[in-house]
Amino acid sequence: MHPAFSVIFFTVSSGAGFGLFALLVLADLLGMGGGLSTDQKMTAGVVALFLISAGLSSSVFHLANPKNAWRAVTRYRTSWLSREGVFAIAFFPFAIAYLGLTWLSWDDYNWLKVLMGIVAAVIAWITIFSTGMIYACLKTIRQWNSPLVPANYLALGHFLGALLLLAVASSGGVALDGYVTLAIVWLVAAAALKAIYYFWIANPGATSTIKTATGFTRGTVRLLDTGHTHGTFLTQEFGFSIARKFSLILKMFVFIAAFVIPAVLLLTAQASQDGLYLVTVVAILGVVAERWLFFAEARHVVNLYHGAQHT
Amino acid sequence: MRLGLVIDLDVCVGCHACAIACKEWNASGTTAPLTDYQPYGAEPSGVWFNRIRSYEVGDYPNNKTINFPMSCMHCEDADCVTVCPTGASYKRAEDGIVLVDQTKCMGCNYCSWACPYGARELDRESGTMKKCTLCIDRIYDTVMPVEERQPACVLTCPAHARMFGDMDDANSAVSVVIRERGGYQLMPELGYNPTNHYLPVRKATPISTDNMGKIGFKDRLKGIANKIVKR
Repeated sequence: MHPAFSVIFFTVSSGAGFGLFALLVLADLLGMGGGLSTDQKMTAGVVALFLISAGLSSSVFHLANPKNAWRAVTRYRTSWLSREGVFAIAFFPFAIAYLGLTWLSWDDYNWLKVLMGIVAAVIAWITIFSTGMIYACLKTIRQWNSPLVPANYLALGHFLGALLLLAVASSGGVALDGYVTLAIVWLVAAAALKAIYYFWIANPGATSTIKTATGFTRGTVRLLDTGHTHGTFLTQEFGFSIARKFSLILKMFVFIAAFVIPAVLLLTAQASQDGLYLVTVVAILGVVAERWLFFAEARHVVNLYHGAQHT
Repeated sequence: MRLGLVIDLDVCVGCHACAIACKEWNASGTTAPLTDYQPYGAEPSGVWFNRIRSYEVGDYPNNKTINFPMSCMHCEDADCVTVCPTGASYKRAEDGIVLVDQTKCMGCNYCSWACPYGARELDRESGTMKKCTLCIDRIYDTVMPVEERQPACVLTCPAHARMFGDMDDANSAVSVVIRERGGYQLMPELGYNPTNHYLPVRKATPISTDNMGKIGFKDRLKGIANKIVKR
């Protein structure tokens, strides 16, 4: 599959934003590390909303005909893309109400703030899950058609969210141990799920072959002529493939940047504030590479008609 | 009613006439225009509803070239319809034809991701998804003579490799030929239940190329004469 940068940016940015917001609400409810200050909560909340909005905007601008984008919320009963949009929009009023009540600090309305926060967090989880399901529901792409995909989206979104929350918490006033532990727990979960995914797609089981695609089951089937002189929409959108050697190097980069370097810095010496910012940036780069590979390694069955023997 | 095509792979000669006729008709049809990019340039490309590919099946000397036209299969369980977030992609209840409403499509490509047959192509000019309409503006046109109320690809095929009809009617020509010739669907394992069917290539005895027997006396004389006489 052709890895479109707008989609990569959208999934990484909004995933991290939703993860950050959900974890912020949890940290606030539990009063982790003595409780974040109002300023810190506002900072984390605004960063989360910014990441989500930037991601959603990016996803709209990659459309070939964005003037019809508003219609994308109308088919929530069947389409995961539509559900993603509906939940992403439904998230905002609750999130803004939670942040507004946090800023106003009305003690009488604490219950309302908690309620708004919990609803926003639940919608955030559903939204990341829906983003994953956009890809996981496609039977045409074996490498995506797995429950591992939404699990990976949830884990990586929360991992980046936990790092961002830690970076915000490091500005002082709270004990960081809980936040460091939270980040490490999500790091381990995300790394484990990603490792399982990478082992799984090395051999994802029975797939469509040139024989089921053409019905020529009697002998070997080879493409003689694609019937077009230059690329078509199909070859441009689905023809992208990545060499195994290059994908292995990128997978190593994903693990080193997203998991190994952050793990070392989180576990060793109490990282400075600048160090935590650096860890977050390195991890985001790792996850961007992960997302690029997620698209680049996916093999659409239509490639069978363009010479692939199996997908 | 479940309208669709049956394509006889034994008969198709790979002339691309169906693709050309399709382009010609639909360039001014309901989803028009079908943009061409650099039609006379270095890298000509464009939007087509029909693609004809050729495959070699089997190994020499039992090999055979099979021309393989593909367009929208108008699947019964069409994922391109269910994944569409705007409702632009829809399947007509009355005849099973899958269409794209050009006024609703936002060009997200999601339907093309869901389609295993490569039936959908984005028109970069209009920013909308284009696909085979089964010539809906021909087959229901009461002004045309009855025999011309068929998709352009079916009408034009010089080898008569394409048939059009109602798969739900057990006595229609397409249903009969599917039954009698063992018509099959592509990638049945994905469960899309495509309406279009393909008729397999008939088994033929390959013409032997070895054991041709010894060259006779007359041919040997001719050979000698050909070596001596320069013509």
